Amino acid sequence: MDIVVEGIKHAFILLLTLDREVLGITWLSLKISGSATFLSMFIGVSVGTAVALNQFPGRRFVVSLINTGMGLPPVVVGLFVTISLWRHGPLGFLEILYTPTAIVIAQTVIATPIVMGISLAAIQHLPANLKLQILALGATRLQMVWMLVKEARLPLLAAVMAGFGGVISEVGASIMVGGNIKGYSRVLTTATVMETGKGNFDIAMALSIILLLLAFTINAILTHIQQRERPR
Amino acid sequence: MSADTPILEIKNLQVQRGGAPVLDISSLALAGGEILCLIGPNGAGKSTLLLTLARLLKSSKGEISFKGRRIDSNHSMLTYRRNLSMVFQEPLLFDTTVYENIASGLKIRGMNKNEIKDIVEEYAERFGIYPLIDRSAKKLSGGEAQRTSLARAFATKPEIVFLDEPFSSLDPPTRESLIGDLDRVLRETGTTAIMATHDQMEALRLSDRIAVMNQGRIAQIGTPEAIMNTPADAFIASFVGVETILNGEIVRTGAGTVICHVQNGEIEAVGNAKPGERVLCCIRPEHITLSTGAPQEGASARNMFSGRIVRISPMGLFYKISLDCGFFLTAFVTILSAENLALEEGKPVFASFKATAVHLIRRSARG
Repeated sequence: MDIVVEGIKHAFILLLTLDREVLGITWLSLKISGSATFLSMFIGVSVGTAVALNQFPGRRFVVSLINTGMGLPPVVVGLFVTISLWRHGPLGFLEILYTPTAIVIAQTVIATPIVMGISLAAIQHLPANLKLQILALGATRLQMVWMLVKEARLPLLAAVMAGFGGVISEVGASIMVGGNIKGYSRVLTTATVMETGKGNFDIAMALSIILLLLAFTINAILTHIQQRERPR
Repeated sequence: MSADTPILEIKNLQVQRGGAPVLDISSLALAGGEILCLIGPNGAGKSTLLLTLARLLKSSKGEISFKGRRIDSNHSMLTYRRNLSMVFQEPLLFDTTVYENIASGLKIRGMNKNEIKDIVEEYAERFGIYPLIDRSAKKLSGGEAQRTSLARAFATKPEIVFLDEPFSSLDPPTRESLIGDLDRVLRETGTTAIMATHDQMEALRLSDRIAVMNQGRIAQIGTPEAIMNTPADAFIASFVGVETILNGEIVRTGAGTVICHVQNGEIEAVGNAKPGERVLCCIRPEHITLSTGAPQEGASARNMFSGRIVRISPMGLFYKISLDCGFFLTAFVTILSAENLALEEGKPVFASFKATAVHLIRRSARG
């Protein structure tokens, strides 16, 4: 029991004294997952919107592919990104394996289907006649798409947050393609795995508390968006 | 464009869905400033026609001309769309303020802020929502939301507005005041309008002409008076509220009148028909008068029948009285006169109506 109490005590000391290593790891995590989310937002929202607004042969198949992608196991993504970036792999010439960039790529692959799937649903969830109403107001096709995206801004924000939540807490791919190199590619989750393995429960717990706080904040915002008043 | 060029004209317009035709209109033309109401049962093609006319739904055949110019290329379609507006049954407001909603069509056209402000305020005023201008569109009542939607549609100063059952989901008093405002704005601005509705009263209040639609076609088009009193077939007759439709055969003809034999009686009607012709006799329920006393000599009603009340059904301000006079007649009686006449089921009464109240429809050889 002592080990738990001591661990929590130390964790709070590390947090409250703004331990440099803990802060550094947190900052790197935010930077990497933030960049990955930013990239996935562009790809996910635009492709999700395009699929939602267009009818084409094989659309159902594409939609189920996107939905499957939302549950992509990070280790599988890690494996494929590793193979691609391996020295003799197809993208080996980039020489970015075991760098933060590699983690960004892997996390983008994980987050994009999440953002895409939720964006697709968000745009499809708008009233069917809204698209026609906007066109009847004299909008060009581009103006129409922009106005629909604006109308779905809150669910789209939810999509982006869900993408961020998915990658900030992901460990498999980050450790495989980033290598958990101290001060370089070590993020919250990979550090937690390592410190736990070494028996450094206090630092592992401090990192976990930060992760929990991030997860809580994301979920609080998501809940707020979901529970908001429905527009008529 | 000459003065009598229709503002909107369609020829041989066809729309198919899943290979089956859902709309088939051979021709329709609207004069500038005209208000046309489309009535018809659900699935008659009213919304499809509006969406096709607004070029929001692809037609498989036919052409649409705006002021004599065909709408076909993408460029002419955008120009055309910027001359029209559409209001749907749902207000379909954007998740922002009332002001921004009314301004949206103007912003799309890239108008400058000062111009937009003047126009938005003018139309908010016209539709009675000026005090709500800063309110979030989410917090409006159904009537306020539809007023905002109308103000948004009119703010772009369209030449034609298409209205797809805009009042169907509103309560009667709200609907009543909105119809009044819409009527006023349409007349003041001289805007051409086509409105789909399933409410005849709405159509009667607003329209210059009414088109009855059924199964994707225009079954009849004409003035409200013509549609109500001289429906072209039994379907239209029953749709526009003719309660009594009797199968009959012409037995004699007189000076501009004919005598028509129905089940167990003879009805005198104004019209031209040859003896032996088979017809439908249509009588609107509000044209039939009931009395309990003996028929008066010299009354202007040429048709007088004694009968028995079979059923009394309340219809709001009226009672619907079904009578058996050897054939069935249906009459509307105000609540007050029903009380004065002490009407009850089984009671013998006299029903009378003028020869001009009977509209004859020729039955086809098969019918």
